[in-house]
Amino acid sequence: MADAIELSINGKMHRLRVSPDTPLLYVLRNDLELNGAKFGCGLAQCGACTVLVEGDAVRSCSYPVAAAQGRPIITIEGLGSVDRPHPVQRAFIAEQAAQCGYCINGMVMAATALLQRNPNPDHAAIRQALAGNLCRCGTHARILRAVARAALEMAP
Amino acid sequence: MTGLALTRRRFGQAIALTIAFSMAPRVGAAEAAKLPGSLEGNRMLDAWLRVNPDGTVTLFTGKVELGQGILTALRQIAADELDVAPSRIRIVSGDTAQTPDEGFTAGSQSIEHGGIAVRYACAEARGILVKLAAAKLHGAPDELTVEDGTIAARDGKSLTYWALSAEAQLRREATASVMPKPPERLRYVGKSAPRLDIPAKVTGRASFVQDIRLPGMLFGRVLRPPTYGAELVSFDDARVRRAVGVVAVVRDGRFLGVVAGREEQAIAARDELARAATWRDETALPASADIYSYLKSLPAEDHVISDKGGDTPPPAALSSHAATYTRPYTAHASIGPSCAVAQFKDGLLTVWTHTQGVFPLRRDLAKALDMDVAKIRCIHVQGSGCYGHNGADDVALDAALLARGSGGRPVKVQWMRDDEFGWEPNGPAMIVELRASLGAGGAILDWTHDVWTNTHSTRPQQDGCNLLASWHLAQPKAPGKPAIIPQPAGGGDRNAIPLYDLPRQRVTHHFIRQMPIRVSALRALGAYANIFAIESFMDELAKAARVDPVEFRMRHLNDERAIAAIKAAATYAGWQPGVPGGTGKGRGFAFAKYKNLSAYLAVVVDVEIERRSGQARVTKAMAAIDAGQVINPDGLINQTEGGIIQAASWTLKEQVRFDAERITSRDWSGYPIITFPEVPDIKVTVLDRPGERPLGAGEAAQGPTAAAIGNAIAHATGTRFRDLPLTADRIKRVFG
Ligand code: FES
Ligand code: FES
Repeated sequence: MADAIELSINGKMHRLRVSPDTPLLYVLRNDLELNGAKFGCGLAQCGACTVLVEGDAVRSCSYPVAAAQGRPIITIEGLGSVDRPHPVQRAFIAEQAAQCGYCINGMVMAATALLQRNPNPDHAAIRQALAGNLCRCGTHARILRAVARAALEMAP
Repeated sequence: MTGLALTRRRFGQAIALTIAFSMAPRVGAAEAAKLPGSLEGNRMLDAWLRVNPDGTVTLFTGKVELGQGILTALRQIAADELDVAPSRIRIVSGDTAQTPDEGFTAGSQSIEHGGIAVRYACAEARGILVKLAAAKLHGAPDELTVEDGTIAARDGKSLTYWALSAEAQLRREATASVMPKPPERLRYVGKSAPRLDIPAKVTGRASFVQDIRLPGMLFGRVLRPPTYGAELVSFDDARVRRAVGVVAVVRDGRFLGVVAGREEQAIAARDELARAATWRDETALPASADIYSYLKSLPAEDHVISDKGGDTPPPAALSSHAATYTRPYTAHASIGPSCAVAQFKDGLLTVWTHTQGVFPLRRDLAKALDMDVAKIRCIHVQGSGCYGHNGADDVALDAALLARGSGGRPVKVQWMRDDEFGWEPNGPAMIVELRASLGAGGAILDWTHDVWTNTHSTRPQQDGCNLLASWHLAQPKAPGKPAIIPQPAGGGDRNAIPLYDLPRQRVTHHFIRQMPIRVSALRALGAYANIFAIESFMDELAKAARVDPVEFRMRHLNDERAIAAIKAAATYAGWQPGVPGGTGKGRGFAFAKYKNLSAYLAVVVDVEIERRSGQARVTKAMAAIDAGQVINPDGLINQTEGGIIQAASWTLKEQVRFDAERITSRDWSGYPIITFPEVPDIKVTVLDRPGERPLGAGEAAQGPTAAAIGNAIAHATGTRFRDLPLTADRIKRVFG
């Protein structure tokens, strides 16, 4: 195994001895015990594993840790908690925007990235930003409402 | 993360009631009266709840959370019947060591069977506590009031459930003699309650079986044969053992698996397994293009499930009509591939699983592993939504087989995306042929419905073993015999009997035992295609009769609630008869009473066809649902919205592809589902009927949505499409 990899995750530095081509997802889930990012396909097709790397929504299942070195990473745990949720998380709770919830990490992270880029998205822009995130339970209508609500709440 | 598992165990150990018979059990088991819902099979009150001295109540349910919000709803029911705040109620669900056996959580029956059991058990427990308090407070039980577990007498003296918990005797058989509260006295039932699990799920707290972490846990992956029937000719296990991080390689017959210290190592080692194995393959699947004629050519058992009016001579018809509808194999396609954690310790096997039935799974695990059921504990932990029988049970056996080869360390196995698509049991293909004749005034005189399909459930059952890996072992197990799910609920013939009142009808279920593609229960079972066919055909007949399709349906109905649901949806959507079609924009209507004995749902959809591509887009869906007494209105709406969107996805896009050897839909590009830009705007209105029985509603939207889309596309294009899915290709050929 190569040299240690250094990752900045949710504002904390971590040194890990893992192979540099290890997908970030497994380090987050198994080494750092962060549950938010999920394995859905491992193929960059579904979005369940989404995290923010330097503010961009990135599919951690297909993103090697070596590429993540030196770039601040935020996961859903870094946004907020049950007691102090981020406005996007609060909006998902308010709209009850989950059925099984397996996809929801990806939805929250993609929405957060969108709202950082475009604080005032219209409905088409929200749909477009989430176009690559799959949900099988059919929670789409609520997710769209949640993102619109978050945009309102976060509006300056 | 051991949190999930440990917390559950801790709940189970919560010190609860014992001692003192204040009331003797009323009757012996032999003469026991039939009890409501799941109480019948699990008759002891303390199997359902315990009142704890620490001010909490523990509720035990054999039903499990699948993302449908059942635990939230059960908590509302219990809170009302017990008169305690919902926050005091902890729920233990689906654990063979702790909870009642309620079979499977399926078929929209959790409220109908599990909910009613909780209701009666809690009402009776409240009665026991109040009686006990009455004796101590020297008052009559009906003069006492209960508020959040505090029982008060008129003179202001009071006692709490928690203080009485040690004395109140719940270790006794339920009698269902205490009537649950009438609707007007319910405080929580009927009001939208926020789901218990959502805050954790949007903040990344451990919620899923995929999130379980146990000390010393290893990661496993399996390698399935390249086809259903491939035989393993040679296997170079040394090669796999050399791969980085590999702890164990398990081969049993043609079952292959690998266990590694890290998850990505297990995934890489799975590729090594593939390189190390040579297979001989003679599997031949039927030609995908001819699948329906192939299925119809197989031997079938014919069951006439409805035959009426056939003894009178056929009346003179003005016109006769016939149409054939087909539905392809459809995948559950859960977003999270199936997962389980297993551990062997001191001769005991513990499996953490997202199965829909911990008890049936345990039985099949015992068969597959040649173990005593008493040595196996299955604990439900949520997984990704399943919508029926997906890989959840199969992966539990995979994990157990790998854990058995891992020297007592726990092993987590998650399927890869291609495992899930390639091996999950699909929703069965179906062919529905309808014939009808019309008389004066557009009355339907005569109706025949023929449906050909496989069984719609190969879940773990009494006979055989229905876990995938068990068929691949050196000593393979035989699968259970495919069986019919009897009417009135039905399986492949679910909803095949029209709800319409027709003078003559004959409905035949042609049950095909042979299964070229692995199949099992998918949300709504046969109801999806039967309703698609019936409700498409009703529109076709209405058109022939020159009657508005909504009006046409109502003319053939006597069921008041059906008519009310149809009117509600039509009004809600502003339905207008006689809007000219063929413009590329269309509106469609459809209705069904799920299983002919559950929720009523009517829906109007709008579609737009993109002429260039032929792509139909559902822009709006407006539905009315009557699910009897509503427990959690927002939960009901959430389920209905989800059902509509999922059904739109099935109807417009989905079909499992296969070639002569294997399933070829192996990832999301080979099995596209609906995406955000494609989902309709949805509105759902609920017809609450507080005085009626609550009805399961999770599957009510599937059939009507499909038919409404088909009807809207027929309206938009002037052409009827009867083969699902209603893809751009198919539409483009005739409209563009
Ligand atoms: S798991 Fe990464 S995109 Fe699907
Ligand atoms: S909520 Fe289940 S996959 Fe989206």
